[in-house]
Order: sequence, then structure tokens, then C-alpha cells
Amino acid sequence: MSELVLLKHITHPDSTDIEFYEKNGGYQGLKKVLSDYSPGQVIETIKTSSLRGRGGAGFPTGLKWSFVPKDDGKIHYLCCNADEGEPGTFKDRLLMERDPHRVIEGMIIAAYAIQSQVAYIYIRGEYGLSIEKISQAIKAAYARGYLGKNIFGSRFCLDIYIHKGAGAYICGEETALLESIEGKRGQPKLKPPFPAVSGLYGCPTVVNNVETLACVAHIFARGVDWFTAIGPEDAPGPRLFGLSGRLQNPGIYELPMGLSLRELVFDYGGGPLTGQLKAVIPGGLSAPMIPLAGLDVKMNFADLAAADSMMGSAAVIALDETTSIPVIGRRIAEFFSHESCGKCTPCREGLHWASKILNRIESGQGRPGDLEQLQVLCGGIFNNSFCALGVGASWAIGATLKHFSHEYDALITQQTIPVRDRTRL
Amino acid sequence: MTAEYSKQTIIADLTAPIADIVKRYPTQRSAIMPALYLAQEKYGFIDETAYLAISEILDVPEIWVFELASFYTLYKNKNIGKCHLQICTNVPCMLRGAYDMLEHLQTRLGISQGDTSKDGLFTLSTVECIGSCDVAPAMMVNEIYHTKLSKQSINQLLDQLTQAETESLATDILSLTQNTSSANNEPLANEQPLANKQFSENTESLTKSEPTAGPES
Repeated sequence: MSELVLLKHITHPDSTDIEFYEKNGGYQGLKKVLSDYSPGQVIETIKTSSLRGRGGAGFPTGLKWSFVPKDDGKIHYLCCNADEGEPGTFKDRLLMERDPHRVIEGMIIAAYAIQSQVAYIYIRGEYGLSIEKISQAIKAAYARGYLGKNIFGSRFCLDIYIHKGAGAYICGEETALLESIEGKRGQPKLKPPFPAVSGLYGCPTVVNNVETLACVAHIFARGVDWFTAIGPEDAPGPRLFGLSGRLQNPGIYELPMGLSLRELVFDYGGGPLTGQLKAVIPGGLSAPMIPLAGLDVKMNFADLAAADSMMGSAAVIALDETTSIPVIGRRIAEFFSHESCGKCTPCREGLHWASKILNRIESGQGRPGDLEQLQVLCGGIFNNSFCALGVGASWAIGATLKHFSHEYDALITQQTIPVRDRTRL
Repeated sequence: MTAEYSKQTIIADLTAPIADIVKRYPTQRSAIMPALYLAQEKYGFIDETAYLAISEILDVPEIWVFELASFYTLYKNKNIGKCHLQICTNVPCMLRGAYDMLEHLQTRLGISQGDTSKDGLFTLSTVECIGSCDVAPAMMVNEIYHTKLSKQSINQLLDQLTQAETESLATDILSLTQNTSSANNEPLANEQPLANKQFSENTESLTKSEPTAGPES
């Protein structure tokens, strides 16, 4: 893939202006959709594209849309999930700040496909500039007639509103996000019913990630063949990889999926900052880390799953030899314990407990049996948590134990404190 | 921030803007989160007085307001400093020395994480990932991101903010800590993509970026 698409205009000073966007083909895909496609054809097109969600779970987007009942007489809702909070992930912020019209165009096309006349974009509260840019883009789109009544002279009408999050990681989980828009605490709901059948205000609802919707806009601007020609057959299209941690060249890289993790961190990330690489977290903090020996894994959904990890949000965090894994394990536990919504006991109590044990080990007070205890605990959280937060957290902590038990053992048996811990307050 | 704070004045101030917000949603309840933000922006913080006022304006039970104000971390129930320093200590920032920067901030300001300086200028908080991982360690001061923090860039920033305050240019603090389109578009012009496939935010509006120091020791 030689041409950049998602990042094409990102550094252009006018990238957020509607005139600039239109001059570069913006809203032409939407025009095509509204004049030539039935909603069903839009869904079929996205199914043919094999687009998979860019938020974390990687669910096929067209299939998700097709679950929304047709002609049921109910109100349908589209929600754009812009509650980017998975540690290591910073791609949606970039898209909203620098290419907001792409996101809006994708939302309008998706809303048309599922026949939704009201859409919400749920942006995390910390992303002030994203909110400002998306808000300006919405205003400009209304002024041009891309939003509001009878868009492009069709019978399709759509209003888009921003719902500003207020600092809860869990609201990135789709049912929690919908609860939050309804004005409730962000706590996940049991599935089924899936949101496509009973979502926002009990109505059929689709929740799609920012990058997913940007891809939708590009697919209708450039055609399905362009999209499917990029990357592996089961996971085509460009993807934004966010590289961070102990790398020479962190940043966002637009690449096809299917390249190896090794290529990603060495050829693009420039390799470790110091000495040897130790492990890499391939898909955001809830994705289990992959040790150096596993670095040839291909970066796509199936291969990462086979390697006991996941693609997640494609946020790649590298750890080099200066990194103490027990310290990272403790910090992972603390983060998820802090963000647990409190609804289910395994996650709320289990992660708090895990975090206490990990803190004890790190401070040189580890006891024999702590690791076994942690393993049992992680298994309990993994198997019994209500939503993916507890599952991801325990999986990620478990991976540090599985691959680096020797580092934990050393701390427990020698009652030492890791070097990095001296910088901790 | 200096508006009078009582249930009656809140109701008088916010009834009209909240009525506008309600139009976006099919239920009154959905407007609670934006209403809490409105009150917080106007008065600097929100507590039982505001919860009660909002519950009256929206005609919803007070507990519906209270449970959101206490669940979501961006709602503040006490006044904080003019400059809210929110330093990220999550893993990507931690790997780039965030805890050293936190220690430096605490030493420089003479306060602990969670506290406000005596002059009411700075509140220091640790936060989870703020989506600035490629240019870690990162911190938000009110709305503005400061990235690739170093002790030197932190000193420079604190001096600048303190100076803006002592010369009692209240608007300066605002302009230094809030998003304005022009300020945030500025860095784009200087953007030098390192490679054609890469984007990395290498510039910031207020502080100069410094290359990250080597590993923590």
C-alpha cells in the first residue's frame, strides 16, 4: 500500500475546512449513496468490503448493520463511539481533530443504511479539541445541506448531536455508552438483546467506532475494490496503528493488517529505545503482551487470537529491557481496578485484590503462593466478569504472569524492589 | 466562575440553556450530563446545590443527578485551581518517565497529587490515558495538551502560567489553557512528517517539545 488514505490530508493546514474537504472529493460518496443506493445496497456494499470494526472487537460492520430490523416502524439510532480510552490508543483523536468531515460523512452514510434519523457522537470529555472540530464540522455540514432535512434532495433526513463523555473508560463498551447517553451511569447491559435490536431508548441502534466510519466514507468515495485490495482477505483495508512506549519512532502509522508485529516495531517503530525489546502489547492495554519470541505473529484478528492476544484497537505499546514487567502488571491492574464500573463482583473486587497483591510484590513484600493466588484470581475474573473490561484486564495481567513469572519470582524470593519502582511515588 | 452560587440563581441562570439541550434527546434524563457540564463551566464546581437545581429544572429525581456527578470523574464537587494540571501516568506515559515528571511537579509546586496550591493557581492530578501516547509523557493543563514533558519544559510552563497570574492578566491564563481554533491550528504549519507513513504530533502550542530523555534510572 503505497498511498496514504486515512492520513492523506491529516497534516494539511486546511484539513478541517469543509471547502477543502469538498475540493478533495468530500461528500461525493454520500451523494452517490443517496442518489444511487437503497439502504439495503449500502449494507450489502459494506458487507462485500469485509470492513471490520476498528474499535476493538473487530466485528464485521456490514453484518452489524444488517441486524437492524427493516420497516419495523421504530426509531433507529446510530451512535459513533468516540470515547477513545484504551491506553495506547490515540488514532480517533487524530481523525476527529484533523479530518472531522470524514467522520461526519461516514456517520451520514451509516445512518442512511440503517435508516436512522438521529445520530449521536459520544466523544470523551478530555478531547476538547475533537469536540470543537466535530462541532464545527457538523455546523458546516448543516449549512451545506449534508445534514438536516432532505439531504441531497433525497427524502433522507438526519440530525447529529454530540454527547460529551465525562471520564469513564467503561463508556467505550457499547451498552455502557448507550446507558450514558440515556443519562445513566455507564454500566454495561446484558446481551442479548443486542443494541441492533434493542439499544438506545429501547430502539434498534448501531454503535460504530470513529475509524470504522471514516473507512465507510472512503469505501464509497473510492469503491469496494480499492478497499479489498489492501491487506489480507479476511481483514482488508487500511488500519491506523498507534505505536508508543519504548520505541525510537512512536507515532501513528497507516498500514494494511497482516504485517508482522516485528516489522511494525522495527521497520516502522525503529526498534527499542534501550537495548533489547522485551515484549509488545499489540492492541491496547487490555491485549495480552507478546514476548520477544512471539514477535513474528501477523497483525490481524485471527493470528493474534491464535497467539493468545488480540488486535484490539491496534495500539502497540513496546517494552524494552529497562521495563520491569511486574511494575507494568501492577499498573495494568490499577488502571482496570480504577475503571471498573462496579456492577459485577469479579471485576470490582477481583481487580482491586489483584492490584493489592501486585503492589505488595513490587514493594518487596511478596509471599510464596502469591503468583498461584494471582493466577486463580485472574481465571476467576476472566471467566465470570460481566463485560469485556474484567475479561481484558485479567487476560492482560495473566499474560505478564505467564511470560515473565521469573521476574515476579525474583522479586518474591529475593524480596527486592525493581529498579523502576524507585521512580514511583 | 465567579457567578453567584445558590439554587435559585442556578435555576435562573440555567433553565433556558438546559431547555435547549433537552431538545437533542427524547428524554429529560439524557440532558443531565450536559446540564452538569453547563453548571460546572459557569460556577467552577458542582455540589448538592447544583444537583438539586438541575433536578428541579429537568424535573427528575435528585438521585439521578447525584449518581452521575459521582460516577463520572470529570465532574468536580469542589473548587480547583485556575490551572488544572492533569498528568497521565498510564503505561505509555509511564514508560517515558511520567512518574519522574509527577515527582518534579510535586516538588516544584510543593503539593501532592490531588491537592491545590495555596494561591489557588494550580491543582495537580494524575489521570489515565489522555490519548497522547506517541509524544509521552503528556499532561493537560485545563484543555491544552503539553507533550514530551521534561523538567525544563515543565519549569518553563509553570513560570509562564505564574507570570500570567501575577501580572493579573486573567485572560492570559484562559488563552494559555483553553482551546482556540487558531492556537491549535498553528502547529500544523510546522509539522514535519518524519516519513510518509507516519504521523506524530511533534509540536505543541505552548511549550517547546524536548526530545525525551533516555530511560529512567
